[in-house]
Amino acid sequence: MVWVNAIVQGILLGGLYALFACGLSLMFGVMRVVNLAHGDLAVLAAYLALAVITGLHVPVLWSALVVAPLFGVVGYAVQRFVIQRSLDVSPLTTLLVTFGLSIVIQNVLLEGVSANSRSLPTGWLASASFQVNSQLSIAYESVIVFSVAVVVLSSLQLFLSRARLGRQVRAAADDLEAASIVGVNVRHVYGIAAAIAFATVALAGVAFGMYSSFDPAAGPQRLIFAFEAVVIGGVGSLWGTLLGGMILGVAQVLGAQVDSSFGVLAGHLVFLVLLALRPNGLIPARLA
Amino acid sequence: MIESAPSATPQRVTRSRRSARWNAVAGAVAVAVLASLPYLVYANVTGVLVNLFILLSLATLWNLLAGYAGLISVGQQAYIGIGAYAVFVLADNGLSPFLAIPVAALVSGLVAVPASFLLLRLRREYFAIATWVVAEAVLLAVLRSDSLGGGTGATLRGLSDLDPALRQAYTYWAALAVAVATLLGTYLLLRSRVGLDLTAIRDNEIGARSVGVRVALAKGIVYFVAAAGAGAAGGVLIISQLFVQPTSVFSVQWSAYMIFVALIGGLGSIEGPIVGTVIFYMLQQTLADRGAWYLIILGSVAVLMAMWVPRGIWGLISDRFDLRLFPVGYFLHPARGTVKVKS
Amino acid sequence: MRYGLLPALTNVSFTLAAGETVAMIGANGAGKSTLLRAIAGIHTPTAGSIRLEGRDITHLPAHRRVAAGIVLVPEGRRLFPSLTLEENLVIGSVPSRRGSWNVARVFELFPWMATRRARPVVYLSGGEQQAVAIGRALMANPTILLIDEMSLGLSPAVVRKLYDLLPELLAAGTTILLVEQDVTQALRVSDRAHCLLEGKITLSGRPRDLSPSDVEAAYFGLAKSTAGGRG
Repeated sequence: MVWVNAIVQGILLGGLYALFACGLSLMFGVMRVVNLAHGDLAVLAAYLALAVITGLHVPVLWSALVVAPLFGVVGYAVQRFVIQRSLDVSPLTTLLVTFGLSIVIQNVLLEGVSANSRSLPTGWLASASFQVNSQLSIAYESVIVFSVAVVVLSSLQLFLSRARLGRQVRAAADDLEAASIVGVNVRHVYGIAAAIAFATVALAGVAFGMYSSFDPAAGPQRLIFAFEAVVIGGVGSLWGTLLGGMILGVAQVLGAQVDSSFGVLAGHLVFLVLLALRPNGLIPARLA
Repeated sequence: MIESAPSATPQRVTRSRRSARWNAVAGAVAVAVLASLPYLVYANVTGVLVNLFILLSLATLWNLLAGYAGLISVGQQAYIGIGAYAVFVLADNGLSPFLAIPVAALVSGLVAVPASFLLLRLRREYFAIATWVVAEAVLLAVLRSDSLGGGTGATLRGLSDLDPALRQAYTYWAALAVAVATLLGTYLLLRSRVGLDLTAIRDNEIGARSVGVRVALAKGIVYFVAAAGAGAAGGVLIISQLFVQPTSVFSVQWSAYMIFVALIGGLGSIEGPIVGTVIFYMLQQTLADRGAWYLIILGSVAVLMAMWVPRGIWGLISDRFDLRLFPVGYFLHPARGTVKVKS
Repeated sequence: MRYGLLPALTNVSFTLAAGETVAMIGANGAGKSTLLRAIAGIHTPTAGSIRLEGRDITHLPAHRRVAAGIVLVPEGRRLFPSLTLEENLVIGSVPSRRGSWNVARVFELFPWMATRRARPVVYLSGGEQQAVAIGRALMANPTILLIDEMSLGLSPAVVRKLYDLLPELLAAGTTILLVEQDVTQALRVSDRAHCLLEGKITLSGRPRDLSPSDVEAAYFGLAKSTAGGRG
């Protein structure tokens, strides 16, 4: 029963990782950019949510509604003014530039809010759970986060497959030049993809802030979890990302079951083994 | 890239020209002066220089990886840590820490071999984060190891009976030796067959493969050398601090330092990281009492440089003055004047 | 205009009149595709200008040229593999451009498409993919349609069928500039032809005024006497 419990918790945790990973996957699938500041953006979003919660006295879920759109706008601007310019220099430059941004965000946070770790107040949600049986109880919080992840992934899927802009995003991912000659403003479409990525990572950052504490240096580990979920599931595949997140979540929870300090390492090892066996992920890459 | 079309007049091609030979003499003099510093200045000066040499070595090796082999690693801290812990273990078993440095370099290099089989197959974005994951995994493994001190860290033994002044001088010489070996090794490696292969790969990887360039071997050698050098730097680090904490020696901050230094100084030249290291230290000393600000400023400058001045400060200098201290390319001598052929 | 390091086109100047079909013929490497891509806005010329109804569009980005009515059917078709057949058509439509072309009308032109509208385009044959590429361009209701190497990799029968459709497009008043290696097909359907050799126009005229030996000479760059001797 301990193991069943671990697997259920791992799967629910996987939803959070998928929420983290879908923006990374989208940016890599569309513009071949791995945003190394992805995790730090999530941490930044968590701090902003904290400021909104304490400043406006609203519950945590409302703060997400403020932070996510704000991040969307920032994402569009960062894409147009920073990442696009790096792409024009060389693909390697995007890695260097986003890594630089990562370090800058971390240290600005360190200066601005100190190194103390914080967490988002969730009120009664923090301890609420429902009892499946004597040994298996599921926290409402993790169910909510998992549901948000599924809703976000489904909406993203729907947007990419149905909306005109979503179609243009897929076209630009397939063939940049061909997209431009059918009238797609590629730079704008890239901006939209980045806006979505930033908005989802903001949601993920708030969700993670409910789950566990965060500090200015917490970003890199979140980036690595997101990247592991993306690679395990296959780049550009949204449902693959959910699968990847679940595999990572289960590996971590099972690992922690063996030894509390072994959890994260178990996740890394599963990732490295899968990377060695299948360098292109479990699900073949194709956007949406 | 040929900057001027070769003419029909007879030409000579050399790897060096008279000024380059003078550069070698000047370099030897500079090393001699630096080596005599412990007799001339106070220990706090050499102490600063130890850190500078460590950073110079790391940035030079990172530039070898990224600027020449196109491998963006964010996980070289793995080998810094492995080198530091190797010196710790060897010293625990009675070997002099200073003699343990080359062994630590070898250990780091040997760990890099199996890692390279996994990592070098990956495309560049995967490679970057996978190196980071490897570093995190090594850190977590060290944290779990009681014999290595776990999370509290490792204290170096075997130097306590040495006179502090002498220990500082030895440490300084060790750091200088590692830095010189790194620079010289990189220079010689780039002038060897491997350097030629790397140039071919950088210009056109598929084309290079098709004409028989051993792409995997060239990248593998560079990865090995970079890991070994980072291991040596890690060895110097633990000797200079007498103590390492796993979360700091395996910190991604190290990658930030080397990347910023290389970006500001200039990727793809040996001189770039030297210039970058000096700038880094000036900035760090100036802003020493302002916490993390030097990293924020340095990171912002590095980002802007990467976007707008991709060849860094040294790129600007060498273009303006046609200056190269470490010529790894070729000089073409037509009937009149010299045409530069970059590599 | 320069393409890469080598000037692919030098001193090429011509105009298109509304509603006509103009063929640009020439051997491999003559610079035909470069010319079309420059007009479509993929390459910016280093010198010279491109004008549309008197307006200078030399520096207009590719997607804005589509909105201005210049649409390219690219060499190699360049369909989007992630998109279904119908999506490949729909993505070609431009809200700001009104006209008679829509998915239903493309399906009228190519009835077989209707039954396979939801399939990915990778399963289509070369000729079918070319038809989708043409349909996609028509969806933008172009005033100028640029067609690059339509015959490439297709059987002569398929090529003939596709070219026979051109008059139907013309009914809508569309100007067509086509680049083609298959000289016979190109001359058959066009009102005027230019022959491009090594980046220069070496021969221009109406197809019926051009003798086969003139065309051959211009195409291969042979001296007139040699061409006459052989053909």
